[in-house]
Amino acid sequence: MPEVTTVILNQAGINRALTRIAHEILEHNKGTEDLVLIGIRTGGDHIAGDLADRIAAIEGEKPPLGAIDITMYRDDLDSRGSLPLGRTEVPFDVDGRKIVLVDDVLYTGRTIRAAMDALIDLGRPRNIQLAVLIDRGHRELPIRPDYVGRNVPTSREEDVAVDFDAERHPCEVRLIKP
Amino acid sequence: MSFGHKHILGIEHLSREDIFQILDTAAGFKEINTRAIKKVPTLRGRTIINLFFEASTRTRTSFEIAGKRLSADTVNISASSSSVVKGETLEDTARNIEAMHPDIIVMRHGASGAPHYLAERLDCAIVNAGDGAHEHPSQALLDLFTIREKKGSLEGLKVAIVGDIAHSRVARSNLYALTRVGAEVRLAGPGTMVPPGIEKLGAEVHHDINDAIRDADVVMMLRIQLERQGKTLLPSLREFSRFYGLNQDNLKLARPDALVMHPGPMNRGVEIASSVADGPQNVILDQVENGVAVRMALLYLVAGGEATEES
Repeated sequence: MPEVTTVILNQAGINRALTRIAHEILEHNKGTEDLVLIGIRTGGDHIAGDLADRIAAIEGEKPPLGAIDITMYRDDLDSRGSLPLGRTEVPFDVDGRKIVLVDDVLYTGRTIRAAMDALIDLGRPRNIQLAVLIDRGHRELPIRPDYVGRNVPTSREEDVAVDFDAERHPCEVRLIKP
Repeated sequence: MSFGHKHILGIEHLSREDIFQILDTAAGFKEINTRAIKKVPTLRGRTIINLFFEASTRTRTSFEIAGKRLSADTVNISASSSSVVKGETLEDTARNIEAMHPDIIVMRHGASGAPHYLAERLDCAIVNAGDGAHEHPSQALLDLFTIREKKGSLEGLKVAIVGDIAHSRVARSNLYALTRVGAEVRLAGPGTMVPPGIEKLGAEVHHDINDAIRDADVVMMLRIQLERQGKTLLPSLREFSRFYGLNQDNLKLARPDALVMHPGPMNRGVEIASSVADGPQNVILDQVENGVAVRMALLYLVAGGEATEES
């Protein structure tokens, strides 16, 4: 059976969703004071960079940007083995900060659990909020996003792919049916 | 992608890709060592036994810290305080330890091949922390990590390794590792301390330290093992120091940005002058710092075992 791919979000749709999320983040946090964006590698870090640029365009101030790799915090070393390690780069103190954790696709919630553990090992943030481009459901942990680009009902057999252009901006989201 | 080896017994059996996978993994772990909270839960619930039949402070502490920072439980056993002194064989010691279900045994032994012997007989993963005059893989890997960090790459670099080559597991592991990643290795030492035929492993052999050091990007000095064979192979330490010691004068022959390395513990004034050991080109403490990250990578990669599911 050939794969069937459907575009569920095009460039214009992604732009509208991310601009709205940028506004929502600013509204909820009443500006950029103590606000930082931290993306989860790989994918979430690119989206965090995009959101930081949009926030800067609206507010005139760019929030500090970080990236975390959650491989060391996974709960599946036994079943998936030693996956390649990425770099964690958080070049600022997280103590007392309002952290917006950014990922491209929210699925079981296990990645977010690992990311929150990783963040808390770096210090004591004032709060952690969650922004995702796509929420595809099927949560296995009590985790919900604060900012969502698009809710996409999926089955577990399907896959959601976010494509990035050469400048690492998200340009298309596709639903892949097996 | 999983690591293709159950054990780390030596560099000899690692490919260039394996070596770079280890170095890249270590680069990811290095950041943890500078955090306020130096711990990640990666190996929570795993037990690592450091089984040391030979004296070691640096390597054993480094492996112990590496395991602890990954949240593994680490237990140290040294030969002087174990049943080895009561006459137990290596295999019996190891079988008794294995009955307590460790996941990894990190092992140092005075006999070449001892870790290979246990790897064939036990189920847990074995990491060689030095076997006789054979290999010391984690030392070579932390040396490569340090060189790559300082020089940007490894390919084409000229690396001089000077001293007692014949009895040095550090030299052997570095020779395998450096040639595999495309560096040029020059060995130098007195005739009694350079094993015949070692050039077949891809190294240039010199008996004049100046020829080895000239234009080198890295000068790696080996420790004269005073407690072992110093007496029979050398007329005197003073003579060795004069002909094979690194000092400010002969270091000028190397490239001005050459790195000075030493696996420790140093015999100041014998193989390396204090002015060089403390000089601006030395990266000796960087080697020690990077050792923890490299050993974290080794423990993580062998702990992953063979993956049961493709990612």
